[in-house]
Amino acid sequence: MNARVAEAAYDVARVRADFPVLSTTVRGKRLAFLDTAASAQRPLAVIEAVDHYERTSHANVHRGVYQLSQKATDAFEGARERVRHFLNASSLKEVIFTRGTTESINLVAQSWGPRLGPGDEILITWMEHHANIVPWQMLCQRTGATLKVAPIDRRGELDLEAFRALLSSRTKLVAFTQVSNALGTVLPIQDMIAAARAVGALTLVDGAQAVAHQRVDVQALNCDFYAFSSHKLYGPTGIGVLWARESVLRDMPPWQGGGDMILTVSFSGTTYNELPYRFEAGTPNMSGAVGLAAAIGYLEALGIERAHAHEQRLLGRATAALKAIEGVQIIGEAKEKSGVISFVVDGVHPHDLGTILDDEGVAVRTGHHCAMPVMEFFDVPATARASFGCYSDDADIDQLVRALGRAREVFG
Amino acid sequence: MDLKDLYRDVILDHNKRPRNFGRLEPCDTSADGNNPLCGDRLTLTLRLEGDRISDIKFDGKGCAISTASASLMTEAIKGKDGAAIKHLSELVHQALTAHGDDSAPPAELGKLAALAGVREYPARVKCASLCWHTLDAALKHRANALGEAPIGPATVSTE
Repeated sequence: MNARVAEAAYDVARVRADFPVLSTTVRGKRLAFLDTAASAQRPLAVIEAVDHYERTSHANVHRGVYQLSQKATDAFEGARERVRHFLNASSLKEVIFTRGTTESINLVAQSWGPRLGPGDEILITWMEHHANIVPWQMLCQRTGATLKVAPIDRRGELDLEAFRALLSSRTKLVAFTQVSNALGTVLPIQDMIAAARAVGALTLVDGAQAVAHQRVDVQALNCDFYAFSSHKLYGPTGIGVLWARESVLRDMPPWQGGGDMILTVSFSGTTYNELPYRFEAGTPNMSGAVGLAAAIGYLEALGIERAHAHEQRLLGRATAALKAIEGVQIIGEAKEKSGVISFVVDGVHPHDLGTILDDEGVAVRTGHHCAMPVMEFFDVPATARASFGCYSDDADIDQLVRALGRAREVFG
Repeated sequence: MDLKDLYRDVILDHNKRPRNFGRLEPCDTSADGNNPLCGDRLTLTLRLEGDRISDIKFDGKGCAISTASASLMTEAIKGKDGAAIKHLSELVHQALTAHGDDSAPPAELGKLAALAGVREYPARVKCASLCWHTLDAALKHRANALGEAPIGPATVSTE
């Protein structure tokens, strides 16, 4: 099926009906929710799966011999299998539940990281979210390793040559985002992973902005770590995943101590549980995992490629519509972009813009998007950012364009 | 609630043509304020005669609310002494945070009353109050310096 056929078959009105929040109003106006990159809305399938679990299946997992505990364990481990299949991971041992992308990255920094020392280097890009900068800065402070940053150009694309030039035998880890949350840039991660492997470095992919919009196959990518959050994927907050190559995980010590991560505990010593439980101390977020599994099920039934084609059409249309408005400047014009548009309006600070747009029922993110180095690079204090999901539609874009007209009136 | 209550003409005017914009050099005290949420940054520089502010300027980048608030503040407090500024500061904070209160702000606020529309936009209160927090930091910094007490960094953040 080519993209055009897929797009023609995409019934966005039906998709929207799956998301109860989209039929609510803001100050009496239709809600144009254009902040999916910050957190996606939940379809009924997720809301009901969580509800069903809470009503019928909840008890602590991996503990009780009674039936209800077994039901909860089955639901939780079933979710793990769903994630494994979604990422095409080769083993369940490689799928670790965390609180989200941020915790996944911190787990790697704290468990894998301490082996680094002076002379070792970690390479990231200028486009990273703070969650893929700060844990490495903290690690470098602790170990004496050095953090290197690959530059970007004015279009918001990675300078791949400069990236390659920064790689050497000193590089131990390369951590980068698959899609920039602030600019929408899709990074050439396949090339980046290959280049990093060629110098013997491990690779970590921040998939937070990617998983809901393109199919991810960790075996084909050949990375070592892949992190994402459920709530960017139409699932609940408070749960996410770290996928890690089994051979790498085997060599990593536990990062948090507690229940579930042990086999035996005595005061003369403790033996740790096997993978992946060794990295899941404490009672996990079971209902969150169930919601995440339902979200994956929803998206797979909808078709990630079809949703992506729809979002790409909206991206093209919105980009053209915003460019046609006098005084609007788009920040980040990479050749390959995800459904994210960052922009500024002459004479209107992004924060004021956010308030005026809200008054028109339009929800966009305004601020630095937890990517202050990107803002600094483009010399703006902040931007407004509209981002699309599987439920976004043309009316959302029309409403955004009208609201921008209003902003220019107020500040005219 | 109407957008026009937030973006009143006085505010749009002070945003476009901020009064007392720039830096006093030399100055008796100064402080930086920033609001990381929206990237507002401002620097206040002051000249003092005793506890009276004889001159004040502000510099920086921010949204219309934070720029207008700083501009209006500098106009309102120039020439006032410590007690009068403290009183005014309290009135402003009450006016900004009285969510759901329909009563008119006190007359002694003068032009500063234009900021009262912020009360219906809780996410924007920090924008309007940033300059007042920064002023407080600058005056404390000065008091510490005079008392030869240890001086902390004269920087405030609303986060």
